[in-house]
Amino acid sequence: MNITEERSTPWRVALREAIKPKDRTTIERVHMPALDPVYRSHTRLEEVNLGLTPEQAMQEAKRCIDCASPTCIEGCPVGIHIPTFIKNIERGEFLEAAKTLKETSALPAVCGRVCPQEKQCESRCIHLKMKKESVAIGHLERFASDFERTSGIISVPELAPSNGIKIAVVGTGPAGLAFAGDMAKMGYQVTSFEALHEIGGVLKYGIPEFRLPNAIVDVEIENLRSMGVEFINNCIVGKTISIEDLKADSFKGVFVASGAGLPRFMNIKGENLVGVMSSNEYLTRVNLMDAANEDSDTPVFLGKKVAVIGGGNTAMDSVRTARRLGADRAIIVYRRSEEEMPARLEEVVHAKEESIEFMTLRNPIEFIGNEQGRVTQMLLQAMELGAPDASGRRLPIEVPGKTELIDVDEVIISVGVSPNPIIPQSVIGLQITKWGTILVNENTMQTDIPMIFAGGDIVRGGATVILAMGDGRKAAAAMDKWLKEGN
Amino acid sequence: MNKIVRKVYFSENVVMFEVEAPLIAKSRKAGHFVMVKIGEKGERIPLTIAGADLQKGTITLVVQRMGVSSTKLCELSEGDFITDMVGPLGKATHIENFGTVVCACGGVGTAPMLPIVDAMKKAGNKVITVLAARTKELIILEEQMRQLADEVIIMTDDGSYGNKGLVTTGVESVIQRERVDLCVTIGPAIMMKFVSKLTKQYEVPTLASLNTIMVDGTGMCGACRVTVGGKTKFVCVDGPEFDAHQVDFDEMLMRLGGYKDIEREDMEKLKCASGIK
Repeated sequence: MNITEERSTPWRVALREAIKPKDRTTIERVHMPALDPVYRSHTRLEEVNLGLTPEQAMQEAKRCIDCASPTCIEGCPVGIHIPTFIKNIERGEFLEAAKTLKETSALPAVCGRVCPQEKQCESRCIHLKMKKESVAIGHLERFASDFERTSGIISVPELAPSNGIKIAVVGTGPAGLAFAGDMAKMGYQVTSFEALHEIGGVLKYGIPEFRLPNAIVDVEIENLRSMGVEFINNCIVGKTISIEDLKADSFKGVFVASGAGLPRFMNIKGENLVGVMSSNEYLTRVNLMDAANEDSDTPVFLGKKVAVIGGGNTAMDSVRTARRLGADRAIIVYRRSEEEMPARLEEVVHAKEESIEFMTLRNPIEFIGNEQGRVTQMLLQAMELGAPDASGRRLPIEVPGKTELIDVDEVIISVGVSPNPIIPQSVIGLQITKWGTILVNENTMQTDIPMIFAGGDIVRGGATVILAMGDGRKAAAAMDKWLKEGN
Repeated sequence: MNKIVRKVYFSENVVMFEVEAPLIAKSRKAGHFVMVKIGEKGERIPLTIAGADLQKGTITLVVQRMGVSSTKLCELSEGDFITDMVGPLGKATHIENFGTVVCACGGVGTAPMLPIVDAMKKAGNKVITVLAARTKELIILEEQMRQLADEVIIMTDDGSYGNKGLVTTGVESVIQRERVDLCVTIGPAIMMKFVSKLTKQYEVPTLASLNTIMVDGTGMCGACRVTVGGKTKFVCVDGPEFDAHQVDFDEMLMRLGGYKDIEREDMEKLKCASGIK
C-alpha cells in the first residue's frame, strides 16, 4: 500500500475527522520522562530517557494532523511512513505502528533514541510553520518499537522468496545493518562480516548504555537473523579474507560499510602522555569491553578531573561516561561557542543537568605530565569567533597571549574521525578521495568496481547513524536493480 | 572460536600453541599479528604469529605468562577454544634481498622472528640470528632457528649457555666482524631500545617490531600510538615494524607502564581466585 492509499483507509479518515486539525495543534507537546540527574550521573548502565507511557504516546500522537503531503517523511533519511505509524499509535494499535516502522527502518528502537530528529523529520513538521513545537516523532518511534519488543510479539517483515543470490556486507554498523535488512527482504542471501567480536559497530562500542542499551541493539540484530541474515564476527574483509575470496565464493555483490573508525588527534605537545586518549579508545574500553566492571579484564583509568576535547555527540558521550565513572570534574573543552556545537541539543541539556562543566572558546595547546609520564595539566588557549567559513560556521581565532592552566588527570580527545583505511588500501582499483573516503555514484552508492557498493561513514567521513542507514537502504535498492538488470 | 590443537611448554612460563584458524593461516605473512580474547569478560591482546601450517589450517602462537590475559591463555589446554581471534593484522615485514641480515631477538620475541628469518632467507639474504635470554632455560626455538638461519649466536645474561652477555654484545660482534645490511629486532621494548642505540652508532638500518598496548588492533582507537620520526603512528595499522632509529622508545616504555598498577591488582585477584602461583 502506498502512502496515499494508507491515508485513505476508513479508520484513518475517521480518526482525522474525530478531532479538528486546529484543536490538534493546540495540544502541548509531551515531555520525555527522565531519570533524576543527580541519581543518573552516578549510574552507568541505566538509560536516562525512560520512554513514554501508552497514554502519553496516544496523547502526543493526537498532535499529528495527518497532513495530505507529509513533509516530515522527506526529512527522514530512510523515508519512514511517519503519519501512518503515528496514527496507529493514536488509535492504540501499537504493534501495527511498529510494523510500519520496520517496513523502512532496520533499527527503529535505535533511531528513535539517537537520531537528531530536530535536524531531520521534526525539523519539517507542519507545526513549526504555525510557531508550535513539532510532533515528538522520535519519542513516538521509540515508544512503538519498545512496546513491540516488550510485548514479546515481534513481527518479522515479509520476505520475498529466496533468489539464492549471495551478497556480502563489510561491517555491521548502522549502514551495514540497514543494507542487510533490505536485501534480506528482497530475497537475497546476506552474509555480514564484522572485524570486532561483537555485532553492531558504533552502536556497541561507541554509544553508551545510558543512551542506547546494548540489549536493544541485540534485539534488532536478532530480528535481522530471523530474516536470514548471517553474521560472521572476528573476520576482516581485506585482511582475513579478500574481496577476491568473496568473488570466488560466488558472492555477487559487496556492500562496504566499514565506517570511519580512525580517531583524529590534535598533534600538540604532550598528546602521547599516559592518560590522554581518543574518545574511541575510552568508549571502546567502557562500552565494548565493559572495563568499568570488576569482572572485566580490560582496564580503564578512572579520572577525577577529566577533560574532553570537542563538541560533538561523541564528546558528550565521553564526558557523561567520565562523570558516571566517578569524575568530580568532567569538563567539555570546545574551541567555538555553545551555539556552534554539533552535538544534539538533548545531549547538551542532559550533560548540563549532570553537572558537566562547559569551557567553550578554549583550545588545548599543550598537555603537561609528571615524571611517570602521566598527564597532570593542560594549557588552554582562549579563542574568539571570526568570520563564517564555507560551511557557515564561524571560525575560531586565537586571542593573543590569553592562556590558562587547568589541572586534569585524564584527557579524552574527541575532535573527529577519519575513514577506516583497510578496505581502501586492500582493494586494488577502488577510487578514493583525498580524505580517504570511498568514491561512489551518489545516486546508487556504486563504486567504480561495479560489484562493490559503499555507504555510511566510509563514504561520508564521520556522520550520523541515520544517514548511514539511509545510505544502506539506497545501496540495497540500487544493487537489487543492478543485479536484476543483468549488469 | 578457535580450537587449540597442540600445546607445548618451552619453559615453565613460555607456552607454544597451535591453533585452528584456516583463514588466518592462509592469508598471514611474516610480521603479522592476531588479537585474541580469552573468555566473555576477557580483554583483547595482540600476539605476533610465529608460524602457520596451511595443510592443517593452523597458526602458531608463543605466549609468555606475564599478566592476567597471558596467564589465562597459558592455562588453556589442548582441545580448549580461544574465545575470539582475529587477524592477520598489521603490515607484513618488508622482505627483499638486502645482503646480510642480523635478527636480534630476546625471550619470546624469538617466536615471531622465525617467519621473518624464513622469509629473509628465501629472499636470498645471509641471515645471522642472535638469540638472547636471561638464562639457558629461557632460550627457545633454538633448533628451529638453526634450521633456518645461516648462523645462530646464543647469548645468556648469566653465561649459563652460549656466550655471556646481552643481545647487543652478540649483535656488535657480528657488526665488527662483517658488513651488516639490515638488523631486525623483536623483544622487550628496553632490549629493542638498546639494539637500536647500538646499530645507530654503526649506521646499520634497523627494524623493530613494537609491542605496545592495544585494544582493537584495527586502527580504531590509537591506544597503541608511538612517535616515529616526530610523527604519531598507530602500531596496529602503520606497524608493527618501524625504522628503529626513528622510534621514541622512552615514550613507548612510559606508555607501556601506564596500566601497571591496575594490572598488578588484577593479577593479584586472579591469583586469589584461581590459586595460580
